[in-house]
Amino acid sequence: MELRERYEEDLALVLGLPAWLGLLVALAVLVLFPLLAPRYLVYIVTLMAIHILVAIGLNLLTGYTGQISLGHAGFVAIGAYTAGLLMVRVGVPFPFAFLLSGFSAAFFGFLLGLPVLRLTGPYLTIATLGFGIAVHQVLTNWEGLSGGRMGLFIPKPSIGPWTLASEAALYYLAVGTTGVLTWIAYNLVRSHIGRAFVAIRDSDVAAEVMGVNLMVYKTLAFGLSAFYAGVAGALQGHLLGYIEPQMFTLFESIYYFSMIVVGGLGTIPGSILGAVLMTILPQVLSGLREWLPIVYGGTIIFIMAVEPWGLYGRWLRIKWWLKTWPF
Amino acid sequence: MGQSLLEVKDLTIRFGGIAALAGVDLTVEEGELVALIGPNGAGKTTLFNCLCGIYRPDRGEMRFAGHDLRGLRPDAIARLGISRTFQNIELFRNMTALDNILLARHIHMRVGFWDAALATSRWWREEVRHRARAEEILDFLDLQAARHRRVADLPIGQQKLVELGRALALEPKLLLLDEPSSGMTAEEKEDLVFRIKDILEELGITIVLVEHDLKLVMGIAQRVIVLDHGQVIAEGTPAEVQQHPDVIRAYLGEESLS
Repeated sequence: MELRERYEEDLALVLGLPAWLGLLVALAVLVLFPLLAPRYLVYIVTLMAIHILVAIGLNLLTGYTGQISLGHAGFVAIGAYTAGLLMVRVGVPFPFAFLLSGFSAAFFGFLLGLPVLRLTGPYLTIATLGFGIAVHQVLTNWEGLSGGRMGLFIPKPSIGPWTLASEAALYYLAVGTTGVLTWIAYNLVRSHIGRAFVAIRDSDVAAEVMGVNLMVYKTLAFGLSAFYAGVAGALQGHLLGYIEPQMFTLFESIYYFSMIVVGGLGTIPGSILGAVLMTILPQVLSGLREWLPIVYGGTIIFIMAVEPWGLYGRWLRIKWWLKTWPF
Repeated sequence: MGQSLLEVKDLTIRFGGIAALAGVDLTVEEGELVALIGPNGAGKTTLFNCLCGIYRPDRGEMRFAGHDLRGLRPDAIARLGISRTFQNIELFRNMTALDNILLARHIHMRVGFWDAALATSRWWREEVRHRARAEEILDFLDLQAARHRRVADLPIGQQKLVELGRALALEPKLLLLDEPSSGMTAEEKEDLVFRIKDILEELGITIVLVEHDLKLVMGIAQRVIVLDHGQVIAEGTPAEVQQHPDVIRAYLGEESLS
């Protein structure tokens, strides 16, 4: 095993020449991808990036802080509608509407975090479930605000004189945003903030006695998680060009939840892996649309029973086994 | 007379019809090692939980270094300088020993959300500074080998030490130890006695110790307070307390006196 001599090396996200080269190659592939791949694949990878955002946000709340949310489609919806309505009805330029989509979702996440501070376990899950359903119902029935079932057409985003109309442009927008927010998530989880999240998950009493303010950090986890979901919602609206309440149901919340369970709770690579796989799965099973809820539910149960740390946990174990082989 | 570090007056808390603490008075002076003993259910852990803000007492006063502790949240009390360990280990099970100790540096972190989110150079410096401090604590407790191990995988004796390390990392003025030796082997207990003495003498931290191993208590405590049924029944040097008829009665029963 390589020896580390400085504390900074333990903190580094990318350490050593091979890791840096790997990162550079990965970035180059991501940049060149839309120039070489067919449009359909570019669309799928854009969708993956959006799902990665939701999954990382959800994992910060559920995997790291231990607060299960089955209402994340609600935050995605709030982000999508904030960006859409601000641009369509108010005429706010895209960059501001985009940023506000994250902050408005974060605001609602913070609001939801306050009353659920006192709830744990299944009661918290039910509260978040109720939140998700409530958002869906409000969007469906308050037609004056959302356009109801008729939906809302979302204009193509434009920054100054440039309109991001092509698949490639949306791809760069989504992948770039996801890249930056993934980096921020990595930074947060290796800092005192990430430690406070995990401490709350493992023992909230001890966390509090050791000086962690539960109210601040639980509401922060909710707000942060919702921010990621909200930004993802705005991107999804731009990608599809159209949003309607049926896109943000309980089924979507469970879909997002299955991503982090499959990939690995409490890890960022796990969130990415889970989101990628669960984006591919419905494409592969496109002939079996009506069976998808059963596939997701079954997968969650299977992974929980067989590999609670998800596929990323299994990968870590295989890596460890190879490293120590033949002992 | 100077002010005591900790003053508890008439502290009372009821759970249903049972008074877990019924008018407890006690003081702890700076630099002291006070042992708190008593049979099971005497109220020792309840007293700790009141001092840490986990329980809200029904009546009474708690003053620590000039601050009123009543109504404060646990994290606010931690900031004032009270730290503790738990009777049944309350570690962050999935964190490494190092991260458990670093978590307790939380109140000393001088960086905010944005420094952490953007990994500014200020954040790097701060993180490395606290890491160095955590390493000192790992050295002090001989836990270097456990540094990167998940604490749930460590033997109980080591878990107890990690918890002690975590409590020290807070840099408290007052350390509440709730049965630190339970689950330890005889050798580990022997080491623990020296460590507790070092904490008291080298680090200058005042200690209140709840302990069932009376041999250990009598060896290191300067003063012993005996609780029974939520009341202080005796107080004094270890030798005085051992001779006290109420203490013998509480531990061994009525007949043992005759």
